[in-house]
This record gives sequence, C-alpha cells and structure tokens, in this order.
Amino acid sequence: MKMNRRNFFQTLGITSLTLAIGKSGKAITNKKTNVDFKGILIDATRCVGCQSCEIACAEVNNLPEPTDSPEVGITRNLTEFQRCVVNAYDTSKGEIYVKKQCMHCNQPACDAACLTQAMNKTVEGPVIWRGDKCMGCRYCMVSCPFDIPKFEYHSANPKIQKCDMCFSKIKEGGVPACVENCPAEAIIFGTRRELLNEARKRIVENPDTYYNHIYGESEAGGTCVLYLSPVPFEELGFKTNLQNSSYPELSKGFLYSVPTIFVLWPALLLGLREATKDEPVKTIENE
Amino acid sequence: MNNLDHTMVKENYAGKTWKFILQEFKPKGKFLTPFNIISLPIMLLGLVLIVIRFWKGLGSITNLTQEVPWGLWIGFDVVTGVAFAGGAYVITFMVYILNIKKYQSIVRVTVLNGFLAYVFYAGALLLDLGRPWNVINPIIGNNFGTSSVLFLVAWHFLLYMIAQLIEFSPAIAEWLGKRRAHKILSGMTVAAVIFGITLSTLHQSGLGALYLMAKEKIHPLWYSEFIPVMFFVSSIFAGLSMVIFEGSISYKVFSDQISDKSHASHNSIIVGLTKICAVTMFAYFFLQVLVFVHAQNWHLLNTPMGYWYLVEIFGFIVLPMLLFILSYKNNSTFLAKTAAVLTMVGIIINRLNVTVIGFKWDAVSHYYPSWMEIAVTFAVIFTEIWVFRWIINRMPVLRDSPSWAKNHN
Repeated sequence: MKMNRRNFFQTLGITSLTLAIGKSGKAITNKKTNVDFKGILIDATRCVGCQSCEIACAEVNNLPEPTDSPEVGITRNLTEFQRCVVNAYDTSKGEIYVKKQCMHCNQPACDAACLTQAMNKTVEGPVIWRGDKCMGCRYCMVSCPFDIPKFEYHSANPKIQKCDMCFSKIKEGGVPACVENCPAEAIIFGTRRELLNEARKRIVENPDTYYNHIYGESEAGGTCVLYLSPVPFEELGFKTNLQNSSYPELSKGFLYSVPTIFVLWPALLLGLREATKDEPVKTIENE
Repeated sequence: MNNLDHTMVKENYAGKTWKFILQEFKPKGKFLTPFNIISLPIMLLGLVLIVIRFWKGLGSITNLTQEVPWGLWIGFDVVTGVAFAGGAYVITFMVYILNIKKYQSIVRVTVLNGFLAYVFYAGALLLDLGRPWNVINPIIGNNFGTSSVLFLVAWHFLLYMIAQLIEFSPAIAEWLGKRRAHKILSGMTVAAVIFGITLSTLHQSGLGALYLMAKEKIHPLWYSEFIPVMFFVSSIFAGLSMVIFEGSISYKVFSDQISDKSHASHNSIIVGLTKICAVTMFAYFFLQVLVFVHAQNWHLLNTPMGYWYLVEIFGFIVLPMLLFILSYKNNSTFLAKTAAVLTMVGIIINRLNVTVIGFKWDAVSHYYPSWMEIAVTFAVIFTEIWVFRWIINRMPVLRDSPSWAKNHN
C-alpha cells in the first residue's frame, strides 16, 4: 500500500482513536479481593422474627416503618421502601425466620455493570450506591443475581434503594443498625475471615443444629453477608442455582476481545479496501 | 472551484444559508395524507405521555417491575432497533471496503436510515433513564465505569452516530451547496466507514453481551455465552432485511426521487441482498444448532417455552432462509420482500425473547408492556419516519447528486 500524506493521516487518526477507545475494554481488577472485607453473619437458627432489624433499618435510612410482619406462606420482598425484610418459612425443622438484604458480593455484578461507578464496592466491604453518579439505567438490577437493588418507579427523582451495610456508621468504627438492634444475637458483624471461622466453629460444635453449608462462602464468587441455617437453604427461599464464580467473570471474555478487535479490524478493513481496488493494469506491464 | 463566485457569495454567506434552511422547514406537498392523519395524533399522544413520565416517574406510564427493570423501550426500541440499523455497516462494507459498485446507489439511504435509527432509539434510551441529567457522567468527568458492557455500548452509540453523520454529511453539503465542505467531508468517508464498521461489530455484539451477567434470569434456551456472537451475526441479515423492506417502500413512496438508473438496478440489488441474507441466516441457524446441542437442552424442547423456541428457529429463521433462496433462484422480488418481513418479525421475536419474554420467565408475575409504552414506541418510530421523509424530500439521498458533486465520489 502506498502511503501518501492523506493515507498517513487517516491511519494515524484511526490508530489514535483505537488507543483512546481501546481503554474502555479494561477488565475487572481482582485487587479488591485481597483486602479483608467487613461483613455480617446471619444465623437463621437464632432469629426469632421480631423485626427489630427492619425497624432499625427503616429508621436509619429514613424509610417508612414496616406495616406487615413475617408470615408462613407469604414471601415478603424487598421493595423501594424496605432495604431488609424478615420472612418466615415452614421447614422440615419447624418454623424458621430469616432476614434478607443485599449480599455485598466480593466481586459484585452491580458494580461491574454500572457505567458511572455509582454502584461501588468499597474497600471496607459494603457495596454502596452514589446518587450523584447514577443515571438510573437499572443495569445493576438486570445484573444482580440476588435481585437486590430496587428502583423508585414513582418518583421524578428516583433513587436506587439497597442495603449499604450502614456504610457511614462502619467508616466511623460502628456496626450496622440491624446488628446493633438484634436482641437474639442472630446477626453479628466482623471481618469476613472472622465470620467464616465463627460459622465453621458453630457448624462443627453443633452438627445436629446446623445444615453443613455456609451460604455466601462461595456463592457468586463469595459474599460479605454469610448465612447459617438449620435446614437446606432452598427451604428458606435462597437461590441455590447460582454459580460459584463471580458474575463479572461472565462478561470478561467479551470485554477482553474489545481492544483486540479495535486493533485488528481497522487494519484488516484498510487492507481489504486496498486489495479490492480496481487498479489500472500497470503491474502486468512491469513484469 | 470558481474563486470569483466564492468571494461574491462570501459576505452574505451565513445569512443566506440560514434563510435557506428556514425555508426548507416549510412542509412540501400534500399535508392531509393518510400517514399524517394516523401518525400525528400518536406523536402528540406520545409527547403528552413523555411529559407525564418525566413529571411523575417511570412507573406512571410503564409496567416495569423491580424484577423486570428493562421492558419494551430497551428490548424493542434499543436492542431490536439497533439490529435493524445494521444494514448501514454491511452496505458500507461492501461498497467502500470490497469496492462493489453495484450497491453504491443505496449507500446514502441506508446510512441515513441507520443514523436516524441510532438517534431515535438511543434517544428512546434517554426516556428510560431514571436520572437522565446524569447521562453525561460516563462521557465527561471521571466516572468511567470501564468494566461495564453498557459503558462500551453507550460510547459506541455516540461515536457511531458521529461516524454515520460524517458518512452522510456530503449529502447535507450538496443540499446547502457548500462545495468546499463537500470536498473535505467526502475525504473523511473512508475513515468514518472503517471506524464505523469496527464500532458496529463491537456494539451489535455488545447489546447481547449486556445480558451475559443475567445468567440465571434468562431462559436457558436463549441464554448462552455466545449471545454476543449470535447478536452480531443476526444483525447482518436483520439490517439487510430492513434495507430490502425499507427500499421497496421508498421505491413506491418516493418514486419521483429515484433516477432511471437506480430504477433499473433496484431488482438486481434486492436479489444480491437476498443471497447475503440466505447465507448469513444459514450460518446463524448452524450456530443456533451448535449452541443448542452444546448446552444439552433437549429436555427443554417439550415445554411451552420449547415450542416457542422451535417456532422462532423454524418459522422465522429456516422458513425465511428458504424463501430467500427461492427468491434468488426465481429472481422474484415478491418472495424476497416476504422473506424480509418474516426475518424482521423473527428478529423482533428473538430480541424480545432474550430481553423481555425469556427474562424472568419463571417469575410469579410477568411483565407486559402498558399501552402507553407501546404508544410512546410508535410515536418514536413515526417521528423518525417524519424526519426521514423531510430529509429525503430535500437532500440528494435517493435522487442523484448535483453535477458539481459527482467528481468526488
């Protein structure tokens, strides 16, 4: 291909754009998994369904107090007014209560999905939502395997509501409101490592009381919220079909291919264009 | 260029151009056509609904739920609309990269169609944003969510719109009679085409990649790690079917605009496109079979969703593929148009299956779009057609370029 001035600038332009845009394909860093996240451990064998956590949560986050209470056969869902709910289940070991809220994944799908970094996995562990960045696209809701983020559909200035593990309290050395207000010590706060050890200890010491699984140890690549249960987790309405690797892994391959295509395609296309040009039959004369 | 001419016009240049543009805004031709009578009330209704939506929130006019946060506006307007706009990159690839001159006469109209589709369907995306005032965050500032597929798609939409505008801009320059601008803009076409094809490859597949993280939420017959490849391959024949469909309508509606030469080549172009459609549809069908076998989903076929899957595959891929083959064997544009319409219905079904119908298919309550969401969608489509018509009637899109502009192409 003959490189004249104009061609040169064309190529230069394409190359520089490639470099500029190719950056967008940056893959998800694993840096965040090496820190010791804070988390909470919820022990369903201890929960009495008193809703103290729900009431405390509503108070801290300026949300309306819950008007209904856990009842067997009725699944109460998280809503844009409730960041955590307690549900009652009729199980093989009798009536069991369990609290539901954001799982604060180690590598959250919502954080990877967010194009404005409004959903943010903090180094402390909680996944928080930042309203000044969010554009309300709800891709976090599409991506979250636990269906946690809730959107205020009936507001002209809608917010995403989800548990932030009382991030402002944690930063000042405090504990989340639900942990603080649990009269049954069913919820405890600590580093994820401590909580995993505590959970294992409880299972080993009381093998008859606990079902031998810590929900959140490996689900969705590991979460900062961990659960213990007396019965298999599907009896408590947990999603047990989730993968054990993190969800951002699923789109990693695609994102990695982006810079490759951005380098290869323009070169290939320019080459094809030159190769298919109708040139005058000069070459034959030269032979 | 004539220098004398140039200096004479220069003084009053800007003023004259504006006057000309203002004059062009006046409607041409008959106003009370059946299309206008149907489309105007719907556009006005859409406008009212959009005002309500921004005043009272998304929930006031949409049926979106906490479980299905993306409905018709994303699944149809954006995901399906962009697939239909795929014709632009395929046609520019053939004309500017493979140097196939045969399709030169439909480049402008296809690019215009693609450009308007992006403007309006990406515009529909703005309606769906809860906090649209923050839409600039991923574009300026330091809020780059670079690990997000949506970040990539948003940037690509923006850049591709610019690339398509550059590809189309010589027509605007011809309309305004700007010779110098025409020369510069025409020189940028190839760079814009190459950049545009690269962007299209990535965001056509990127629209599929958006759903990769929703692994357990999408019915297994429609979810696979190959969604991006599927979306890309199907955008080729989706786009070309749209070109055939739109072309045959424009051919009738704007017949006064089309030159004799283009009239003569119309059938040959359609037959050529049907071949590409047939071949890519075969490749797509083959990929679908591979993915299906690979996922070992045999047991799912004998369920209602399984029957629906078979309808999509055989009724809207295999059948139109066969019709495309028949149409070029028999040189029949009627069969080609029928196949194109079937293919387009199939693409709508496929995109909606991934984004809406198969999304949370096992949930207790299902999402159905409200009549207001549908009305806004129609309002968006009609507005696009109005703008399309306005441009066709003024700029040299279907008709030949003025003689002074011909040397450059």
